[in-house]
Amino acid sequence: MSPARKRRVRLVVALSAAVILASALIYTSFSAASPTVTPSQLAHEGVAGRSYQLTGTVKAGSVRHEGDTLYFSVQDRAGEASVPLSYTGTVPDPFREGREVIVTVEKQGDSYVGERNSLITKCPSKYTVTPSKTKTY
Amino acid sequence: MAQLGGACLILALAVCAYGIGASLYGVRTGRPEWSESGRRSVYALAGILTVAFMVLELAFLRNDFSFNTVADTSSATTPTFYKAAAVWSSQEGSLLLWAWLLSLWSTLILFLTRKRMRDVSAYATAILLGFGGFFIGLMVFYATPFATTDPAPAEGVGLDPLLRHPSMMIHPPMLYSGYTLCIVPLAFGMGALLARKVDAEWIKATRRFAMAAWLFLGIGIMLGARWSYSELGWGGYWGWDAVENASLMPWLCATAFIHSLMIQEKRGMLKVWNVSLVLATGTLAIMGTFLVRSGILSSIHAFGGQTLGVPFVILIGVLILSSIYLVSTRRDMLRSEHRLDSLLSRESIFLANNVVLVGLCFVIFWGTYFPLISEALTGHEASVGPPWFDRYTVPLALILVLLSGIGPVIAWRRATLANARRNFVIPLSFALVTLAVLLATGVADSKPFALAMFCCAAFVLGSVGQEYWRGVRVRRAIAGEPAPLALMALVKRNRRRYGGYVVHIGIAVLFVGVAASSSFQHASELSLSPGQSTKVGAYTVRYVRPTASVTPKYDPVHTGSTLSLGAILDVTKQGKHVTTLTPAEDFYDSGEPAQGSVAHLIGGQPVSQVGIDGGIKRDIWSAIAPDIDTPRLKRIIEIGNKTIPLVRPDEGMIAVAVMAREYMRSPPPAEFHLIISPLVMWIWIGGAIVAGGALIALWPAPSVVRARVSVRARSRAARRLARA
Amino acid sequence: MSVLAAMLTLMLLAAVMAVVSRPLLVARKPEESDTPRRSELEAEREAKYREIRDAELDYRTGKLSQEDYEAVNGALRAEAVQILDKLESSEGGPESSDSEGDGKVEGDQAVEEDRAPDPAK
Repeated sequence: MSPARKRRVRLVVALSAAVILASALIYTSFSAASPTVTPSQLAHEGVAGRSYQLTGTVKAGSVRHEGDTLYFSVQDRAGEASVPLSYTGTVPDPFREGREVIVTVEKQGDSYVGERNSLITKCPSKYTVTPSKTKTY
Repeated sequence: MAQLGGACLILALAVCAYGIGASLYGVRTGRPEWSESGRRSVYALAGILTVAFMVLELAFLRNDFSFNTVADTSSATTPTFYKAAAVWSSQEGSLLLWAWLLSLWSTLILFLTRKRMRDVSAYATAILLGFGGFFIGLMVFYATPFATTDPAPAEGVGLDPLLRHPSMMIHPPMLYSGYTLCIVPLAFGMGALLARKVDAEWIKATRRFAMAAWLFLGIGIMLGARWSYSELGWGGYWGWDAVENASLMPWLCATAFIHSLMIQEKRGMLKVWNVSLVLATGTLAIMGTFLVRSGILSSIHAFGGQTLGVPFVILIGVLILSSIYLVSTRRDMLRSEHRLDSLLSRESIFLANNVVLVGLCFVIFWGTYFPLISEALTGHEASVGPPWFDRYTVPLALILVLLSGIGPVIAWRRATLANARRNFVIPLSFALVTLAVLLATGVADSKPFALAMFCCAAFVLGSVGQEYWRGVRVRRAIAGEPAPLALMALVKRNRRRYGGYVVHIGIAVLFVGVAASSSFQHASELSLSPGQSTKVGAYTVRYVRPTASVTPKYDPVHTGSTLSLGAILDVTKQGKHVTTLTPAEDFYDSGEPAQGSVAHLIGGQPVSQVGIDGGIKRDIWSAIAPDIDTPRLKRIIEIGNKTIPLVRPDEGMIAVAVMAREYMRSPPPAEFHLIISPLVMWIWIGGAIVAGGALIALWPAPSVVRARVSVRARSRAARRLARA
Repeated sequence: MSVLAAMLTLMLLAAVMAVVSRPLLVARKPEESDTPRRSELEAEREAKYREIRDAELDYRTGKLSQEDYEAVNGALRAEAVQILDKLESSEGGPESSDSEGDGKVEGDQAVEEDRAPDPAK
């Protein structure tokens, strides 16, 4: 085989391998992903046995500790719908009522159970743009 | 003074506009004085932004709360170090820092290349000023650091306690230095494409800056990981969070770029790879800067709420489109001068290295932006978690480490097969011995990836060690020096090679730490009462007694907490005392009087003080979440809220002191999170080795010859060389 | 705007304009002893010298057999001579140019110094 031909073969093999691997990657990402939902979406579409990424704010007055388990409700960011859940695992420091959270939950029977150690709480807002107040120059 | 700052920004914007025009005019019409003027506008920009930055910094240090930024992120009681660093904890301040750093690096490289590469640097100047103008424009039109309120509030909100940690203050400037340094090679890459001069000069100018960008980014990433581990209460150092990934991606591309640049230097190959990599690195750096401050991806850094999103998306779009355009229209001059001579050559290893690194970057990119991708493709937003990332990055990382051990042993151009086989004996035996030992001692049972990583790391150690050994031997044959001197001379004369080898060792050490600490961790989360103990891994941890202090006098990191509740933990192994840990939870003033006169004193966001005993072989990590909601403590707060007036915080603190004493007297069970992680320290050690190696490689070569040699003499020398 | 701020701004403006307009007003002597071609060739030359040293180091640390080394070495040196020829003909000027602009010339002497007793013996 001439060197040029050899090179072309190598290139084709390499590219095909790359395409195959990339496809495998892309395929598994869709099946391994858990959908991001808000409380209202979850209440409507939640299916038992699937896990979801629930995002929203911690509902005021809903936080309760019982032994190892933390009970709280996640509320829509802009709205009233909320979903109560139980959670065990690490609770990040910034966690409190009114804070934005993401937690992986699974519907078990009629209630939602948070996946262990999946609770993420928003870092204090460093980068929201506050409308600049009186410009005095 | 805010007015001066604001005026500086407007002046800076004007200078950017002028500089772009002058540089482009100069290069298109062939009038160097205009290009020179354009370059000087970069110097002027650096000067203006320095003034602006100083104005802001002084405002912080002087507690000038008329500045909105100062009032929002600092307070009179914030310790000075954190005041100085609070400048970049806000959106506006961080934009200013970014623009200022960019102007500094731009000044540096333009000054260093002022006598060369006229065309390329003129275009690069215009591009750098374009970026500067973008960020300054963002400040002037969207988020100015110099907005004021009149009358000024008496006290500021203060720096978030979570950020009151030295590494958190150094992390942003380091990371920003890394990001902005990535823009410089990008600008020169685009400039080279525009001027149609992607050649040896370009390589020479770009290489050092690319390495510096790589170094600073790497340090920034390490600091972030370290902060996450030692400050946040989850005990991990890497969570595949969007912002972590955002800084890792340009770093990976920069790594690939640095390596494959060497091939272009030697063989004129991989030109398309190189310009694509340098453009990708810069674009990913901009995307990283954007991710951190926008709400586009949910992560611990930002949730929902678009901020500054649109301008950035436009910029990124422009970058991607112009990169594609430039590379495709300059295809002809990017053709390789040579082909790969042999598969058994360092060139081909580097090519494989490129592929693996880009593959890693792609995996991380896909996973990070998956919420957006899935939303676009399927209409439903979904995200992938750490297990998915791990599944794909771990094998790739293994291959990477392996390659870094193979590369040093193979020669450039075409290695001799017999020699190569011989050269692999020692590294392979290191790996096999390690394998045998680990299998025999059963240490790495059921953890195949960790086992593989340990063997690969041993391979690298053997390979690099062999290189150093042989190199010293060569040196001694030449110069007859004793070994230590020979070693130093060897490294001095071949900084790139031997510095690079050190980096490879550092990476191997780092990955050993990662593999060990993630695969062999013992963690435990449980509730303990004083006196109780539990077993974690090979250690026994006993909750000796609680600790409580009010406005701790000894506040090592000056965090200014009002109440600190913690525990004394006694750690023993097989009966022998190992260490004493004192994790705690610090409570802060929330600044919201509505909570109640006593409640607000401790109502602010609490911060975990992690108790760590770091060691070469393992880290013992502990965190506590004390129960502050017991009926007794709640009662104290209630009574205090009712009886103590808001305007008497000192009396409120007495109530807090009563709480502390009550906690000590009848401590409720507390939640503990305990982790034994082997070899975590090696991650930081590995990182330090990598930085050291990078510095060696970066250092300018010794000026071997100071004599000015005439051209004739040189050509005579050349003929001699050719004939020798 | 306060008077102080206004004055400082004006000073800054003046400084900026002075810096930026200097090359336009002051005719600089054409310091182009370095034509683009020349500095490009010098960069190539440095790179080629580094390759020669690397090849020798590769040989001496046992990665290349003697035959392979001599082949590579010969090829590299021939390429180096080509570059030097081009350099000589491009300007013909007698003085060396500083590619770093700092009075130092690396390269050939570095190669000479590193050479041990000839490996071809």
